[in-house]
Amino acid sequence: MTDPTAAASAGKMETRAQEEITAEGHGARPGGGADDGKQRSLWGDAWVSLRRRPIFIISAVIILFLTVMALFPGLFTSVDPTKADLSLARQTPSADAWFGYDQQGRDIYARVIHGVRASLVVGVLATLGTVLLGSLVGLFAGFYGGWLDAILSRFADVFFGLPFVLGAIVILSTFNPPGTSYGPVRIIFQVIFSIVVLSWPVTMRIMRSAALTAKQQDYVKAARALGASPTRIIFRHLLPNTLAPVLVYGSIALGTYIALEATLSFLGVGLRTPVVSWGVMISDAKELIRIAPHMLLFPAGALAVTVLAFVMLGDAVRDALDPKMR
Amino acid sequence: MSTEGQSAESPNPSPLEDPAAPAVVQQGSEPLLAVSGLHVEFRTQEGVARVLNGVRYHVDAGETLAVLGESGSGKSVTANTVMGILEMPPAAITAGEIRFRGEDLLTASASRRREVRGEGIAMIFQDALSALNPVFTVGFQIEEQLRKRRGMSRKDARKRAIELLDLVRIPNAKGRVRQFPHEFSGGMRQRAMIAMSLALDPEVLIADEPTTALDVTVQAQIMDLLAEIQRERNMGMILITHDLGVVAEVADRIAVMYAGRIVEEADVHSIYRKPGHPYTRALMDSMPRLDQRGQELNTIKGLPPSLTAIPEGCPFHPRCPLAIDLCREKDPELLTIAEGRVSACHRSDELMRDE
Repeated sequence: MTDPTAAASAGKMETRAQEEITAEGHGARPGGGADDGKQRSLWGDAWVSLRRRPIFIISAVIILFLTVMALFPGLFTSVDPTKADLSLARQTPSADAWFGYDQQGRDIYARVIHGVRASLVVGVLATLGTVLLGSLVGLFAGFYGGWLDAILSRFADVFFGLPFVLGAIVILSTFNPPGTSYGPVRIIFQVIFSIVVLSWPVTMRIMRSAALTAKQQDYVKAARALGASPTRIIFRHLLPNTLAPVLVYGSIALGTYIALEATLSFLGVGLRTPVVSWGVMISDAKELIRIAPHMLLFPAGALAVTVLAFVMLGDAVRDALDPKMR
Repeated sequence: MSTEGQSAESPNPSPLEDPAAPAVVQQGSEPLLAVSGLHVEFRTQEGVARVLNGVRYHVDAGETLAVLGESGSGKSVTANTVMGILEMPPAAITAGEIRFRGEDLLTASASRRREVRGEGIAMIFQDALSALNPVFTVGFQIEEQLRKRRGMSRKDARKRAIELLDLVRIPNAKGRVRQFPHEFSGGMRQRAMIAMSLALDPEVLIADEPTTALDVTVQAQIMDLLAEIQRERNMGMILITHDLGVVAEVADRIAVMYAGRIVEEADVHSIYRKPGHPYTRALMDSMPRLDQRGQELNTIKGLPPSLTAIPEGCPFHPRCPLAIDLCREKDPELLTIAEGRVSACHRSDELMRDE
């Protein structure tokens, strides 16, 4: 890919005037023979540097593994995670059940495998929700400024001011009072909703400040001077330049949201028994820590590894997208 | 067209009826782009800065108007106002009109103004690196307008983009079209920027200090390129600069700005031969000259006035070597001093007579 270009530019150098020599000299990449192609944008650069990072590779492998687990739990276990056999209650790990049995005599290994889905769905959708809502509001607030910015920012401040756990307890115990039992889908979406509603101001602020900086740039002025409409400027020219910090936050937040889901489930307001989730398992184990520590350790360990993987991924992405960190 | 620098009087439809109108306006035809009585304020916390105080100039097809002046004299603000890309607030246009082919752009609808941008009037910015979007290829940025505004297909737009890059003499345009702005050198970026602004065949090109960010050899190439393109396409060009050397080579007419107003306007030959305003004369004198080697460079003493407190009378009087009492009291009007020349100075008659 690089060779033809180099040959072409060398040919040009002979025929063209002095300026082109300077120009080509600048244009040619230092160490142009490297494996990277010619189209290296911010994202291309980031990808090249990501591929070389052990942290990225490790976290990506873990996440890939978890995703497969969430999509096809049957590949890893054939045991029904809801099948309870009280005669097996609280049995410690054995060859039959690698992680042992819980209070109800359910296979903890099967439950950990099946719990990935709820955790990942909550994490991914809550991240998607916060990133979409927060970015959109932040982009408009930052671009238009003035009274629109003032209103949107104050509105965000209201939600930002609510302590997360308190706010989530209020929302969830209103929509999902203890004692009622809705289907798993509904419970999962309520949890996602409460996370999105209480977390979007963070992405909004990140996006707003990125948009404020980007809209001062000449390329926005140039786009306007060439007759681009405001929506075109916002989505076509501002958004790609402001996305990086939000995506970095999003990838770190994903891990946190999975932990938040577990927190809410532990408190008894999040996911509940028809749903198999790590938070529910930890919650079930809380009174039996001393009698049956394996009931807590396995789901908590899985949770820790998952959160760690996403936070590591976020870290790697942040480093890769920030050229100054290299 | 109003020529009274200080007043924002009602538009005068025919330039011929205005005795002070410069004679360079072609008989019976309206100029391609005409700015008149333009007043712009910046409302800041420190007070109102009157950045433009009745700017007027015009440019015709195939003509290059150079706008000269110190930093902060309002050259770029005028250009941004013409393009309609002024940040409002803090800026506010308090009076004036901008006529493009006789149509007042300031009263035109937002969508009509967008149509004019790019196709009617296009602009080149000083710093091409920041004026090109870092996340898109140079080709994409040229093609975007062609696809959206001309309805071209991806393939045709790409072809046209390569042609345009060729036109601005970017070597290996075919390969370069797929590259990102940071892979271009400074001069190449400015060329790409020029290609971008030419994509929709504008009738007027505003070049806001197009060569300031470049080194001297590249400056000359870019200026030659601009002059050539302007000639070939019979475009009107407004060249904003503070480089007097550049001006002498490419401009047809020169408008000199000071403290947000035009203080002198004339064709390039007569202004270099005999400046009609003390400020213009001081600018010319401050050019380094070979026959003054070893001597101290003539500079204009003092600083341009703060735009929040423009002095009473002629804004240049505190720095003017010719200032008289009248200058402290009365702001001079922009008056015709010779065929096709206007100057805002109480003593311009004397300036024209002596030397």
